[in-house]
Amino acid sequence: MSAATGVAGGRPSADLRPSPRRARRLVGDYLPAVLVAVAGLVIWELAVRGLNMRAFILPAPTAIASALGTYWNDTRFPVSKAALNTLTEAIGGFAIGTGAGILVALVATRWGVARALLLPIAVAANAIPIIALSPLFNAWFGITNPLSKMMMAAVLSFFPVMANMTRGLSGADPAALELMRSYAASEATILRKLRFPNSLPYLFTALKLASTLSLIGAIVAEYFGGQTAVLGQLVITSISALRFDVTWACITLAAGAGIVFYLLLALAERLVIPWHSSVRDPG
Amino acid sequence: MTAPSSAPIVRLRGVDKVFAARDGARTVALQGIDLDIAPGEFVSLIGPSGCGKSTLLRIIGDLVQATTGEVTVNGKPADRARRDRDYGMVFQAPVLFDWRSVEDNVRLPLEILGRDKAWRVERARQMLDLVDLGEFTKHMPYQLSGGMQQRVAIARALSFEPRILLMDEPFGALDEMTRERLNDEVLRIWEQTGTTIVFVTHSIPEAVFLSSRVVVMSPRPGRITKIVDIDLPRPRTDAIRESEAYFARITEVREALRAGGGHAGSGAGGAGGADGSGAGGDAGEAAGVAGTASARRTAAEGAVG
Repeated sequence: MSAATGVAGGRPSADLRPSPRRARRLVGDYLPAVLVAVAGLVIWELAVRGLNMRAFILPAPTAIASALGTYWNDTRFPVSKAALNTLTEAIGGFAIGTGAGILVALVATRWGVARALLLPIAVAANAIPIIALSPLFNAWFGITNPLSKMMMAAVLSFFPVMANMTRGLSGADPAALELMRSYAASEATILRKLRFPNSLPYLFTALKLASTLSLIGAIVAEYFGGQTAVLGQLVITSISALRFDVTWACITLAAGAGIVFYLLLALAERLVIPWHSSVRDPG
Repeated sequence: MTAPSSAPIVRLRGVDKVFAARDGARTVALQGIDLDIAPGEFVSLIGPSGCGKSTLLRIIGDLVQATTGEVTVNGKPADRARRDRDYGMVFQAPVLFDWRSVEDNVRLPLEILGRDKAWRVERARQMLDLVDLGEFTKHMPYQLSGGMQQRVAIARALSFEPRILLMDEPFGALDEMTRERLNDEVLRIWEQTGTTIVFVTHSIPEAVFLSSRVVVMSPRPGRITKIVDIDLPRPRTDAIRESEAYFARITEVREALRAGGGHAGSGAGGAGGADGSGAGGDAGEAAGVAGTASARRTAAEGAVG
């Protein structure tokens, strides 16, 4: 680039595509964390063996891994089926909760009356320790119906999405709003072309939060009863059977599901808002 | 409704603006503003910080309503002119939408006006060529320097051929070299398009170099203290920047600012005091511009962090 053109941010589009340089940087970014995790697992394994730790305190990583293999398609502890069921509940609840959160935020931003009515109620409702209502959800939606677990995940996902989205929608740059007014743009146009894109970074922050919360909601709701082939129930039954390696296999699957869920959202964020400063490559 | 070309395109009569704070305190921002701007004119509003020059620009553009007085634009009330899309606005900050490429930013007003797609594509290309950014159509705003971003903002403002271009200290945040280059560019565009331009600035040389007339305003409550005709030949070139006539006009504007803008009680005699307040105003407004842009960035990053 010549001095006359003076581009501040380096080359265009090329930087947005994968390149060897970028792949190397990705490795550089994540390699230390991977090494630390591997080292942690090795220390864990050695500690359990060396100290001759009892399984109910902490099984070794290799024991957990072999339990995962042994019980993958088991009939008493069907861990893979349980993980799938729990994940379905969590994702279903996530979809319902975030959908409702986005909808309420849009309505609250579009109509001032709705905002005045809804927001105080939402804030008050958010102060309730909702997880305590889980047994009630079983009564309302049917204890064996996955919907009772989904709704718990949905309620937990709802609040961060609604609150963040409302902030993003109403927090547009005042100068940008003036610009839209100078075009005599309608409220609907301003919502579509300015407020909504402006809210997307806020939305993704909330979605990542909600992904974790929906898994928590689903698993905690499972503790209060319902169908048996779910992670929450397997944790309870394996503990009473003193099969702690199975318990830990379930926890590992829950953690893995949470991480994959989160990473998928982070990937979606990169694809949907590549322009945002939190996502784009440093210039 | 077309007014005869000799009629003013902007006509202000007895315009006052009073801001009422929540506690009932009243601030008179503008007082008794009378001003006519002819079609195709380049008029600058200049005055110390807080004199209400930006407010006056917004009153012309119907982004702020006058408390009393009459604002007629293109022979109709200002709100009607806004709804007819007679205005193009350029602000202190470029106000580009981060999620749109350069060309999509320029197309934004055309989308809102419901122009067909082929026209939007063609027009954005023309406008970006006009501001010499034809090679950067696919870039994202963050990949451009501040001066280039402001040129995109100008292309966007001109894309729908508004009758009047309102510019609110558009180059206040830029370095001197960039500012001079963009001044040349704005003049070239003005001469090519024949658009009427109302330009707010706190830079005396900039106002003199660009304008047909410079409207000098007093500190709050903002009044028009003098209108200086700039009879320098056009096209205005670098040679003009070094001519004696140019410096004479700069002196005239500076003296008008001092005469109208001394500190309370010092009147026209307080030249030193007036100079001081002028310099303070410049620094303050420049900091304000930078503050807006960085505050916006910080807010967005904070939400994600």
